[in-house]
Amino acid sequence: MPLVNVPKPTFSQKLKRFFLVDLMKGLGLTLKYNLGAITDRDAVAGHGIYTEQYPKVRPDVAPRFHGAPRLNMDPETHDTLCIACNLCALACPEDCIDVIAMDIEITVAGKPRKKKVLDEFIFDTSRCMFCALCQEACPTACLELTQDFELATYSRAGFVWNREMLEQGRETVKYES
Amino acid sequence: MHQVEIATTRETLLDSPEMVLNMGPQHPSTHGVLRVVLRLDGETVIDLDCDIGYLHRGMEKIAENRQYPMIAPYWDRLDYIAAVSNGLVWVETVEQMMRLEVPPRAHYIRTILTELNRISSHLLWLATHALDIGAVTILLWALREREEVLKIFERQFGARLTCHAWRIGGMPSDAYEGFSADVNRFVNNFPKRIDEYETVLSENRIWLGRTVGIGVISAEDAVAIGLSGPALRGSGVAWDIRKARPYAAYADVDFDVPVGENGDTYDRYLVRLEEMRQSRRIVQQALEKMPDGPVNAKTPKIIKPPPGEYYHSIEGPKGEIGGRHA
Ligand code: SF4
Ligand code: SF4
Repeated sequence: MPLVNVPKPTFSQKLKRFFLVDLMKGLGLTLKYNLGAITDRDAVAGHGIYTEQYPKVRPDVAPRFHGAPRLNMDPETHDTLCIACNLCALACPEDCIDVIAMDIEITVAGKPRKKKVLDEFIFDTSRCMFCALCQEACPTACLELTQDFELATYSRAGFVWNREMLEQGRETVKYES
Repeated sequence: MHQVEIATTRETLLDSPEMVLNMGPQHPSTHGVLRVVLRLDGETVIDLDCDIGYLHRGMEKIAENRQYPMIAPYWDRLDYIAAVSNGLVWVETVEQMMRLEVPPRAHYIRTILTELNRISSHLLWLATHALDIGAVTILLWALREREEVLKIFERQFGARLTCHAWRIGGMPSDAYEGFSADVNRFVNNFPKRIDEYETVLSENRIWLGRTVGIGVISAEDAVAIGLSGPALRGSGVAWDIRKARPYAAYADVDFDVPVGENGDTYDRYLVRLEEMRQSRRIVQQALEKMPDGPVNAKTPKIIKPPPGEYYHSIEGPKGEIGGRHA
């Protein structure tokens, strides 16, 4: 093993060591932070307390956050925006999405036509890695990853979201602050 | 596992036989799964043998049947502490194969955010390394600064760790509103924080006792075993891909490459601290020079690089990381 040349300490360094200057400097800084935590003040950041009071106070997640999925609906008609184009399912690297479409009969200009509409939408959040490729693929801004980050459930089956859950969202427990 | 001859001629304390201890692969203090076979004399490690490969997750196999844009999120997970850097290798490899002209603004934003990622990765290293050898305070301080960086990532990419930061040809979206202000605040506060780490650690006798002269790797050894990144520079070899083969906007910014002298743990600690200061300098310059304009190249709908072999590498926080397309 190669050895390292560590320079011999000078007299003043020895003196400092004897009076524990190195340790005192560190301890002084730590004490300063203790004081900052009591008064909630810190010279650099402007506040001394960093703890977030979750779940009583929910953190503000960024608008772009990739969290729980949601199927958006038209705000006026409350119809789904999904056109069952299957692009999200094709874009997903993990194959989490199943779009199940059905054909309905409609009349366009007096003639009967077939139209593909969304029947059921399965989103497996247990395999999802929240990469947002599906959201980017969606042509109608229907599928969206929202700011909701509480996805834990009591069973494996609970991770598989159906159309109703995706449209209505899930109930999560709210705590009084 | 490969066998390594371990010399057993050294006399041990109390004349007892050396102890062979198997550490890992599940040992929680190994920070990632690594098996180390240690030869101990009391508390002194005489020799060790590393058994790697426990983190092999078959990424190459997964990549075989995914489309090009789909592979990017998996690259983040190769090193989730430095997901932004890792993502950059992949998109740059594909971009260079397809000869896409990425707009300068995207290059600058990429530079800023990969450097912030280097800082956050080094901070996590400092936090856990200090924790392991007995300085718990630093853990909390370093994670506090890392949080600032992760907040910027969350606002920009929508995720904190595995960001899926880049898309082939540019970025998923332009810098968010308030990006410059957030980065500026971090850049202004950070030097004082590094000085605080130095106050607590750099002269502390316990820290010195546990790092100076420990784990020495000579420059020849470091090159011979293929070290890269701060570990190589700690041994005194000034090799940095950001200087040698500039990518993104590194050719336009000015920074120094710190190197160590002795190649011991203390030198590697100093190198990483100085790298954080240099990263901060890069971020500051890139933010000042950041041009306006689009952030996406004209990318074809179907991404299909020409067949053939291609290799491109960048300087990740932990060393060279390369993408090879075969
Ligand atoms: S976020 Fe990614 S992994 Fe999850 S469903 Fe969408 S594309 Fe698939
Ligand atoms: S991409 Fe959008 S519109 Fe198309 S099936 Fe998916 S959610 Fe529906």
